[in-house]
Amino acid sequence: MFGRDEKVSSIRLTAVQYIILVIFMILAYGLWRLQVMQSDFYAQLAEKNRIRNVPILAPRGKILDREGRTIVDNYPSFSALLLRDSSRDLNADADVIAQGLHLDAREVRERIRKFMSMPQYQPIFLKDDITPDELAFVEAHKNELPELDTIMAHRRLYPRNGFMAHLVGYVGEVTETMLNQPQFEFYNPGDVVGVSGVEKQYNQVLMGQNGSRRALVDSRGKEVGRLDETPAVPGKQLKLTVDVDLQIAAEEALEGKNGAIVAIDPRNGEILAMVSRPTFDPNDFAVRISRDEWSKLVNDDEHPLLNKAIQAQLAPGSTFKIIMSTAGLQEGIAQDMHVTCNGGASFYGRYFKCWVVAQHRTHGVVGISKAIYQSCDVFFYTLAEKLGIDRIAKYATAFGLGQKTGVDLPQEVSGVMPSEEWKIRNFKQKWYAGETISVGIGQGAVAATPIQLARAIGGIASDGVLHRPHVAFPTDLPPSIKPASAPEDEVHVPIDPQNWELITDAMTVVTSPEGTAGSAHLQGIDFGGKTGSAQTISNSLKAKLGNFGKANYKDNAWFVGVTPRRNPELVVCVLFEGGEHGQFAARVAAQVVKAYVEKQRRQPTKMAKDAGKVDVGAIWSAPDDDGDKNNGLQAGHFFLDVPKKPLPLAAAAPGLQ
Amino acid sequence: MSRYVSYRDFDWLLIIFVLMLCGLGVMEIRSATVHTKFAGAHIKQLYWIGGGLIGMFLISLLNYQALLDKVHWMYIVAVASLMSVMIFGQKYLGARRWIKMPGGQHFQPSEWVKLILILAVAKYFADLHHRELSWSDFIKAGAMVGVPMLMVLAQPDLGTALTYIPIAIMGLFLGGVRAKQALAVLLLAGLVMPLAWHKLKPYQKDRLISFMEPEADKQGSGYQVIQSKIAVGSGGIWGGTGTQTHLSYLPVPQTDFIFAAFAEEHGFVGALGVLLLYFIVLMRLTQNAQTAPDRAGTFVVMGVVAVLSFHILVNVGMVVGFMPVTGIPLPLMSYGGSSVLFMFLALGMVMNVRMRRFVN
Repeated sequence: MFGRDEKVSSIRLTAVQYIILVIFMILAYGLWRLQVMQSDFYAQLAEKNRIRNVPILAPRGKILDREGRTIVDNYPSFSALLLRDSSRDLNADADVIAQGLHLDAREVRERIRKFMSMPQYQPIFLKDDITPDELAFVEAHKNELPELDTIMAHRRLYPRNGFMAHLVGYVGEVTETMLNQPQFEFYNPGDVVGVSGVEKQYNQVLMGQNGSRRALVDSRGKEVGRLDETPAVPGKQLKLTVDVDLQIAAEEALEGKNGAIVAIDPRNGEILAMVSRPTFDPNDFAVRISRDEWSKLVNDDEHPLLNKAIQAQLAPGSTFKIIMSTAGLQEGIAQDMHVTCNGGASFYGRYFKCWVVAQHRTHGVVGISKAIYQSCDVFFYTLAEKLGIDRIAKYATAFGLGQKTGVDLPQEVSGVMPSEEWKIRNFKQKWYAGETISVGIGQGAVAATPIQLARAIGGIASDGVLHRPHVAFPTDLPPSIKPASAPEDEVHVPIDPQNWELITDAMTVVTSPEGTAGSAHLQGIDFGGKTGSAQTISNSLKAKLGNFGKANYKDNAWFVGVTPRRNPELVVCVLFEGGEHGQFAARVAAQVVKAYVEKQRRQPTKMAKDAGKVDVGAIWSAPDDDGDKNNGLQAGHFFLDVPKKPLPLAAAAPGLQ
Repeated sequence: MSRYVSYRDFDWLLIIFVLMLCGLGVMEIRSATVHTKFAGAHIKQLYWIGGGLIGMFLISLLNYQALLDKVHWMYIVAVASLMSVMIFGQKYLGARRWIKMPGGQHFQPSEWVKLILILAVAKYFADLHHRELSWSDFIKAGAMVGVPMLMVLAQPDLGTALTYIPIAIMGLFLGGVRAKQALAVLLLAGLVMPLAWHKLKPYQKDRLISFMEPEADKQGSGYQVIQSKIAVGSGGIWGGTGTQTHLSYLPVPQTDFIFAAFAEEHGFVGALGVLLLYFIVLMRLTQNAQTAPDRAGTFVVMGVVAVLSFHILVNVGMVVGFMPVTGIPLPLMSYGGSSVLFMFLALGMVMNVRMRRFVN
């Protein structure tokens, strides 16, 4: 009978022993796998756990002007943060902290609450860019508030009020889409790179290389020891060809207007000034910009983010006539051409007006010279018809229209220079001869950027020698960066000497009382150029829109000026949107030219040193057309009233210096 | 009674190995906690071990057969205590496992219940009259273990509830379970699985998922498994400096992951040595079972073997990544009063059986 004394089946007991043995062998295998087979792998992971690479940030290179003055620099920016691995009651201190950092106490508490779920070694960021007194507050309360700490980062400091904003550009954190591109292979998330302008174009030069410091950390992320360190390579500074004094003059000249100014030295292509209006403040981008502000900038009808000097392609208007003239003279047609301007003419069944009709007069008989300095449309309609679009295009493209100038700034546009081939390629239609007529006065399908016009007309005035415009000196760049301008970039378009003289002399008459820009005359300075007034919509459309059309679709005013007239040192192109009359643009250009010449002649330097009156000896100077009231004659002695010169905008920084 | 038993029959060999394991445990606890807020835990562990030894001696004085006769009462008390936890229990860390005693101490009944369950199961199977289990016997056995297990599950304490299962399995296996019955259980388990999955708390689900795929949630539930493997693996063959433990990368190194901490510091050689010690202990216990005077004694000792093996399997399995993370401690080595006391009381029962092996 099976009873309580009956032993348990010994087979089953032995079976249990074997089962236990198998279990232990499985466990031993598990150990073997980790500790013998994969021990290196895990040893590496163990290292990774406890060794952390802390980056040492490299400061970005400064940007200077051609005389070594600082335009863009870095400044140390402090952020206040709250450490959490201490035993302090953060909520109790919230009021004191909020007061010292000029924050709302409720917001501070809210942040503390939000961070509760995060790992303890992550600090809570309270405020970026704290002021010196807030920094002092943190330092002073190191004992009472040990959980409060600061961290320093370098921030980019740009000139205020959007000075040179488009040329210099701004920086931002590298985006995911950028990281996927091959040229950003060596960049890491969180790196700060140039996003527009010079900052972007020369990012490799300016950026430098971050170093790293290897530290021993515990599981809470606290540093408990230090290993080795690779120092950071700071970015190199970049010298621009820009002259801050001229830039200031240009920015002042365009104040209150929309448009662009480009000032280039045509002898070598160096850009001395570049302005675009309206502008924006790049310092807004240095700290993270809010989505609303960004949308506002992007959706603004006046396009503040656009660098109009290189990105606005518009009808050049009568400035194109200089190119037309070159073409006409070189082809031998224009020299002996004489046209009677009665206010307009018919071509191919259409009547084309001359602008002079608005002044209730006509030009009468014009030859090439008068056609230039009086800007007679009828002459150039006729010339255009005689040349034909392809010959016009040949010269225009030789001078760079319809192509990018290759300036060392990102996102330049190429403009449009129509031709028969162009029309077929882009519209699958034949070019009609009637379309050539408007091209003759720089309307129709022609579109150019201010920098293109500056280069083209500067080149014509320089005996047909054109250079690639650039903002950085090619010799300053490290060997790995291809220079912006190389000797191969010099283009030579042959112009006969007589033609060259004729055109440049006519340009000088433009800025005299007989020309279209008489009010821009500069006494004692050899200054010439060409005005332009470009329609933005067709006349018929404007008429249809009535007063609305008149108010909102005003003609753009252009002027391209050179000084001196031949082999100029400076060419200035002004686009004055909605300016209507070229002479207004001419006056703007004249301001820039005057500033340039005065600097050359060292006058401002003397003036800047003294306040009040300056004795410049016995020089007689009559009041000028451009309203310079500083001159006076005093008994043979000549004194100048010196206006207070504004500080260069580049040197001022908020709260520093 | 004591005329027939002498302390020479005490299993001194077993005690030596047990104390070796305890000693290694204390050493490792000290090493793992020396710079943390748990410093001094190893001292407390020594107190528990001391108390456990006293308890072991005391229990071995009783006559287990007399205890077994009273097991019905003990079972009722056990179930009642579990019930009182459900009603009066304190919620702590999301579970209702403890009752606050008047003196301010906390009392966790589920460990005591385990001990009583071993005895109850032993008595039940010992009293059966057939070599093979009938269906009614089978179901009754299941209920006997199942009811307290469900009560513990409701606390909720999945880990401890699972440790009741090996007691049942061992009893059934040795008691003559039939193949068909075993299959029936497996089938039932299979059907219950999806339902059980739904009933699992999110953190428990996370643990199972992390078990399958530790990389999926590196910072969350996968973290413990990954850190454990890193700690163990980096120990290599001879052991390392224990950086992972000392820099706090290995979580709870003094309790659940004590084996990982030990393996990191003493390598494959050390870890295998510990496994060997446990194996010797288990084999020694089985030998005691074989020399037991009656079926009940065998069942009692094997019940202890079952629980001990289960703990080792689950804990070490978790440390090397073969098992999901559970809260099951490593017996004799993990820091913790309930675990240590339970082990020594259970060993006391084993001593009890062994000392009477010549008595009939």
